[in-house]
Amino acid sequence: MGKILPRPVHASGPPARRTARTLATAAVAPVLALAALALVLLAGAGPALAQDTQGVRGTLNNAGERVEGAVITAELDGEVVGEAVSDAAGAFAISVPEPGDYVIKLDLDSLPEGVTVREEGGEEREVTVRPGAVSPALFVLGEGNRETTGDAERALQLFVRGLQFGLVIAMGAIGLSLIFGTTGVTNFAHGEFLTGGAIAAYFFNVTVGMNLIPATLCALVVGAVFGYLIDKGLWGPLRRRGTGLIAALVVSIGLSLVLRYLYLYFIGGSSRSYAQYATQQPLSFGPISIPPRDLVIMGLSTLVLTAVGIALIKTRLGKATRAVADNPSLAATSGIDVERVINLVWVLGTALAVLGGVFLALSQQVSYLLGFQILLLLFAGVTLGGLGTAFGALVGSLVIGIFTQMSTLVIPAELQNVGALVVLILILVVRPQGILGRAERVG
Amino acid sequence: MDFGVILQNTLTALLNAEALYLALAAIGLNIHFGYTGLLNFGQVGFLTVAAYGLGVGVTYLDLPFFAAIALGLGLAVLLALLLGIPTLRLRADYLAIVTIASSEVLRLIARSAALRDVTGGSSGLTGFADGFYDLNPLPNGRYGFGPIDYNETRAWLLIVGWSLVVLGCGLVFLLMRSPWGRVLKAIREDEDAVRSLGKNVVGYKMQSLILGGLFGALGGFVFALANSSIQPDNYSTLLTFFAFTAMILGGAGRILGPVVGAIVFSSFFTFLENTLVQAVRADIIPTSIMDSNQVGIVRFILVGVLLMALMIFRPQGIFGDKKELALDAR
Repeated sequence: MGKILPRPVHASGPPARRTARTLATAAVAPVLALAALALVLLAGAGPALAQDTQGVRGTLNNAGERVEGAVITAELDGEVVGEAVSDAAGAFAISVPEPGDYVIKLDLDSLPEGVTVREEGGEEREVTVRPGAVSPALFVLGEGNRETTGDAERALQLFVRGLQFGLVIAMGAIGLSLIFGTTGVTNFAHGEFLTGGAIAAYFFNVTVGMNLIPATLCALVVGAVFGYLIDKGLWGPLRRRGTGLIAALVVSIGLSLVLRYLYLYFIGGSSRSYAQYATQQPLSFGPISIPPRDLVIMGLSTLVLTAVGIALIKTRLGKATRAVADNPSLAATSGIDVERVINLVWVLGTALAVLGGVFLALSQQVSYLLGFQILLLLFAGVTLGGLGTAFGALVGSLVIGIFTQMSTLVIPAELQNVGALVVLILILVVRPQGILGRAERVG
Repeated sequence: MDFGVILQNTLTALLNAEALYLALAAIGLNIHFGYTGLLNFGQVGFLTVAAYGLGVGVTYLDLPFFAAIALGLGLAVLLALLLGIPTLRLRADYLAIVTIASSEVLRLIARSAALRDVTGGSSGLTGFADGFYDLNPLPNGRYGFGPIDYNETRAWLLIVGWSLVVLGCGLVFLLMRSPWGRVLKAIREDEDAVRSLGKNVVGYKMQSLILGGLFGALGGFVFALANSSIQPDNYSTLLTFFAFTAMILGGAGRILGPVVGAIVFSSFFTFLENTLVQAVRADIIPTSIMDSNQVGIVRFILVGVLLMALMIFRPQGIFGDKKELALDAR
């Protein structure tokens, strides 16, 4: 087998959701078998064609309670092509005849008394179904009376979520910023480092069957080794050849394409979740409800980021790193082994990205686009704080994280990244050196 | 393995729409990067505004075809001004980040549900191409030579498109040997030296950005008309990097570099895809290593490899002159 990971339909679900997943699979299995049979009869091809069946699945969950008996339909160009009723575990699956952009509708009248969608228009979802893939359709359910969540409470909730998002992207942004600071390389492949970490942890967690915590530690080792090798094997030789920074930038874009599509090649286009901690009953603190997992993520990120910060200020290696970032030639003259420092920065940067990737995947699921989707937000965070400054990257990421989440108060959620990118552009215009960066002539 | 099909598809791809719109986009990028040294990673943004200018102009504003084309070109100029005024003073890597970010912003806005009535949201637009194909003077039939063979609508698009490429190359040739072109090349080599001679560097860069953007816009029209539809997710950053790879492959800073690069790029990957499809179908490659879904992905991986290898080992591409082009110029 050339694939690291099993196909989504056959993936064994996490324990908490295993029943749901098994039931969903049970519901899909006959359909798949029929479709496969039909295809075999029509095309005379082998059973491998079963993979070409595609569909939509999801789970209806109202604050931890599974919603049974809800009617979900799939429409293509206004015509209903599939229908499903959620089972006792709240799961539903619709298989569709062809790939395309489907509108998945939840029939509000079929929901139990007092349950409705959280947001207005939330009963309709646009889902792009790709050939042979099962795409997720998410419906956010909540209590019937929507007055309970006032604007202030919603803002507070989004602020906390933004803080968490900001801490997670800071893990990527600090590595990106350190690498830029010490080598001058704008690493467009950094998003793929996050994705790689999330996928490596998924491999140890689901395919190998370890608990997520040791699996993440294994992924960290893999990431550090990868960071070491990519510097020794690619960037180091390029530095010695005297490759220009623009050429290096384009090389990093090539690397990002290679990595991203290798991930797609091996794990396919669907999203997957980890075996543990994927769904949790949220804890309530006054108006804020937050799963314990997210609290741990925030705590751990703060801890790791503080440790990195202290190491940069206090330790000899940290000082050496800042010296190299400031002026490599001067650092080299004062006896610092610049190559070793740069190598260390790549290892550290990749390891941080791995951790950030796992944290991100816990809230967004593992997919091959996980890191690429936030790459520009990483750049926004780094630029906002000032390119090349580690602390600037932290501050900038927090601002970007909170901004993207809170902006959904006024703009549609699908446009939240647009807001952040517009801010990025404005920052570059008004203050290109960022919040904490030093003013210098930049052109 | 059906070698006849592979050969025919590869030869057809030599002049087909993909090579055509990549060539136009790459000619634009070549003006930006090859001649002026501007690191524009948002070329697809020009294709997006032009395609949507045409599509929205015809379907939503009910404009005649040529008015909608003018709208698309106008939007491309506007985009160049909006991008250029704030960013042309910035360092090259900042310009790269701003342009890539703005092209993503354009795509996300175009596919947003809020604009569904205007841009068609994530399903895009159709039904805007009739104005172009109504002008087709070719009678129904097959056109081509040897194994290369197109129907009358495709032949019409290709005739118009490649004529634009030829005219464009002529224009670039004339411009780049004019005093104006020499200033651009001087900016690429040493911006400060040019500034010290009293030239308005930002002004020249802006003119270069607009001109290159207009070629991108032509590419956007061809892309939209070839499919007779506009799918927002086709206008992702990948398209920029395809055009960029095609330009580097042919040779940046050369008149015909981007055109040859686009033709080689498109036909090579068509050849590769067709060969892999045939090999998978004939079980020469077992499905455990590659199935039919994975064949298309190989292209993206190889584009990445190609881009890295070119930049590391042969940054001047097929035709380029390493001495002329210092790739680290801004």
